[in-house]
Amino acid sequence: MDSRHYVIIGNGVSGITFARHLRKGNSQARITVISGESPFFFSRTALMYVYMGQLKWEHTHPYEPHFWKKNRIELLQAWVRTLDFDTKTLGLESGETLNYDILVLATGSKPAFFGWPGQDLKGVQGLYTKQDLELMETTTSNGIQRAVIVGGGLIGIEMAEMLTYKKIPVTFLVREGRFWEQVLPEQETSLVQKHILEHSIDLRLKTELKEILADEQGIVRAVVTTEGEEIACSFVGIATGVTPNVEFLKNTGLSIGKGVQVNSYFESSVPGVYAIGDCAEFAQSPGPGRRTLEQVWYTGRMHGETLAHNFCHKPVSYQPGVWFNSAKFFAIEFQTYGVVSTEPSERAPYFYWEHRLGKVSFRMELDGEGKIVGVINLGFRLRHAFFDRAIREKWAGQLVIQRLEEGIFDPEFYAPYHLEIQQAFQSQFGLEISTKKRSFLQKIFGARL
Amino acid sequence: MRKSEVIGLILFFVGLSVFTTLPFLSQYRLSEELLRSQVKDIHRDQLAELMQPMYGQTYPSTYSFLTAYSSYFQPYNEELKAKQAWDQVIWDDYGFALAKAAMDGPGKTNPWISLGLSIGLIVLGGILFNFSRQDTAHASLAHTGVFHSTLKNRGLLGMLTGTYLILFYVILYWFPAYLAPLVWMVDPISQFLSGGPASQWFLYGLVYTLAIGVMGVRMLLKYRDNRYQQLRTASLVFFQTAFAFIIPEVLVLLNKPYFDFKNIWPLDYDFFYDYQLDTFISSGGLGLFMLIWGILLIVLGVPLFTYFYGKRWYCSWVCGCGGLAETVGDGFRHLSDKSLKAWQWERWMIHGVLALAIVMTTLTIVNYFSSFSLLGQVTNQLHSFYGFAIGSAFAGVVGTGFYPMMGNRVWCRFGCPLAAYLGLVQRFKSRFRITTNGGQCISCGNCSTHCEMGIDVRAYAQQGQNIVRSSCVGCGVCASVCPRGVLKLENGPEEGRIHEFPILIGNDSIKLRS
Repeated sequence: MDSRHYVIIGNGVSGITFARHLRKGNSQARITVISGESPFFFSRTALMYVYMGQLKWEHTHPYEPHFWKKNRIELLQAWVRTLDFDTKTLGLESGETLNYDILVLATGSKPAFFGWPGQDLKGVQGLYTKQDLELMETTTSNGIQRAVIVGGGLIGIEMAEMLTYKKIPVTFLVREGRFWEQVLPEQETSLVQKHILEHSIDLRLKTELKEILADEQGIVRAVVTTEGEEIACSFVGIATGVTPNVEFLKNTGLSIGKGVQVNSYFESSVPGVYAIGDCAEFAQSPGPGRRTLEQVWYTGRMHGETLAHNFCHKPVSYQPGVWFNSAKFFAIEFQTYGVVSTEPSERAPYFYWEHRLGKVSFRMELDGEGKIVGVINLGFRLRHAFFDRAIREKWAGQLVIQRLEEGIFDPEFYAPYHLEIQQAFQSQFGLEISTKKRSFLQKIFGARL
Repeated sequence: MRKSEVIGLILFFVGLSVFTTLPFLSQYRLSEELLRSQVKDIHRDQLAELMQPMYGQTYPSTYSFLTAYSSYFQPYNEELKAKQAWDQVIWDDYGFALAKAAMDGPGKTNPWISLGLSIGLIVLGGILFNFSRQDTAHASLAHTGVFHSTLKNRGLLGMLTGTYLILFYVILYWFPAYLAPLVWMVDPISQFLSGGPASQWFLYGLVYTLAIGVMGVRMLLKYRDNRYQQLRTASLVFFQTAFAFIIPEVLVLLNKPYFDFKNIWPLDYDFFYDYQLDTFISSGGLGLFMLIWGILLIVLGVPLFTYFYGKRWYCSWVCGCGGLAETVGDGFRHLSDKSLKAWQWERWMIHGVLALAIVMTTLTIVNYFSSFSLLGQVTNQLHSFYGFAIGSAFAGVVGTGFYPMMGNRVWCRFGCPLAAYLGLVQRFKSRFRITTNGGQCISCGNCSTHCEMGIDVRAYAQQGQNIVRSSCVGCGVCASVCPRGVLKLENGPEEGRIHEFPILIGNDSIKLRS
């Protein structure tokens, strides 16, 4: 059996998923995971909950410390500084070296900074690493009058929620005309924006950061927007996206674009060196409508699974299935299955329903033949298996709505949103939908619409 | 903090201080007449003579009264034991009865005022606090801050609360005489409900029921967006108030046996004790019904309901221990130990208690039907051991007193033999499971952290596996705390309920078995 030494740089979800699955398929291989950030794999998505006192740091560890020993996965906390692909040697910051047979780069991302004047000041930071969290905890621990968040995406709204927990007033600068417009259609955005405003966030659309001003001690004291407005603040959260963390890989002979360039087998330009997760950049889009950089939790996991499979079985190319994603904006949960356009067009007819209280919505995009392409749901939960199948099998929109109750994933006794959705669909498309009556118990005890 | 929150807190602490101080504001004066009214015929003359020196004396505290009582009583009893005159030894503990009879203090002279200023203020303050506080926090932020709280994260306030609870339980079980001044103030309520005087158990039952009620209000507000949570909380409050508290008292008023229709053996460990069986058999039709009802719950109720709905139908919808854990204990749920080690301990301990309860009960029944020829009084020793170690020390002192240290389900997880029985059914023959929503898990750990039973929910969710665990009480908090809509409590076909090697949806490259 293959007893080579596999070295993985990065202990995030893609690197660790790779290591776990490799061990499952290969009991002989020597597996080493290197990370300078943290001794153990943790859930990056949970950083905000640690800040808000909903979790402790150790709760972000998906596996107990004994797991690694049992699975003979060696963990090495160190920063890699040099890579020599000819001798297959890694140089660590400590001066030590490490040899590998197979190298897997899973170095993730880092917050993107766009060269704003003052971006290196104290009190200015992104939120990606464990160290970012610790820094944010220290910086915001006392006497913050106002914080400014730059960037209208998921990390931005998470930071806004975190600061709100500490009752720190937040000004939220969004470059675009609406929040997360790369993903959310207009109606969803306005629903979410209303919710953001309810949490007393000072939301500034079409507003960009121009520069950050310092006080005498070199600590941030204000930001200036492109309109020239000066906003006094003592914390600036930069959440204008992430970029592959590949700085230290440049000039090593590895072919780097935005990320480490790989083919659909995760092979880089150097034999024996692979890249997975956020830091990998595919030569071609891995599937229709998918980007060449896939920077979410789920894709990182799938990359790891697939590459590990390729070392244990006959190699296959990476073929992701139906797209899905999820997020949460303060109290409102977001899920999406399949692909939904952000701008209305004739090629993409859609059905949209929103609950009268404006906290719950459902959108289904159809193709020209009336078949489901994707959904976005806010404020209630939909079943992954149901929509994966409907989209994969190209169900007619009518059938999806007809069977919608099977696709709901809310807790028992939930409000029967599907009934309203079915009615709305019926009146919009004039198609007959036969609905199932609610059971007697549901009628008496179930939540109201 | 809002003004109403502050007022609520002040009222609560004033009430708690009065409640804690009342026992110290009483004095005791015993007379022969009083003593004779409190003790059994067979002990009456003997004790009346022994206690002669106490008559007419005023004792300024419970402690001095009990010390005096013991100083006359113990030497006498010890001497009988030394002589092995077992039939004359007084096994009854008259401490509480005599203290209550001989007491004089505000609880007795002004019961309603005392009650209002202690428990009344606690309840009022608690409700006010809960209403104003839960109104401000958004439901989805209900779990934030628990690890920054001194009460909820084993801080000073948590330790103080735990100590207070432990002391309360120790006094309740082993030194009830100290509660006599408090028992007096609930006497009128007891007289109204059952027609008889209050015991320390009546006081405890009242406090317990009110605690579940007040903190139940908190749960209803906290989960105002979640009907499942609201319904089960309402159900717990209802069963505690009606079944555990009011109905048994009313049964006594009607001269029927005291009986909690929702308590099930082996949690109700004395259900088959000889005196219980005697009571059932000698109480006519209703007594027999109670006996049959209790047996039906064990042999049919538990398996059937658990098959259809999982053990949650009992543990987080009906049970009194569950009622306290889910309301008063809700703020401590994240303190349960999630390690594999704890799970190993849990399995040995809870099944050990179940085995002990079964052995004890079997011996008791066999002994009963062989007219005590088999083991004589040995079962009594077994009963007092079980009652002390499991019934009082484990379920009470550790089970509740340790909420702020080990979480709110210590008893349910490590000790409750009924939970063990329900769990075996749930694990091996049930339609209940927690479903994982395809590939949506982000391993954040909120589900595991806030699982009161210490189940590592994430370990299953992140590999797309359903959660089928004997210990799960179906409280539904994992599903509610999940930020990505990954978990759902469901009853469904047994087929496919447990899948050892699930396939995570979303990756078409491989059909992967994690």
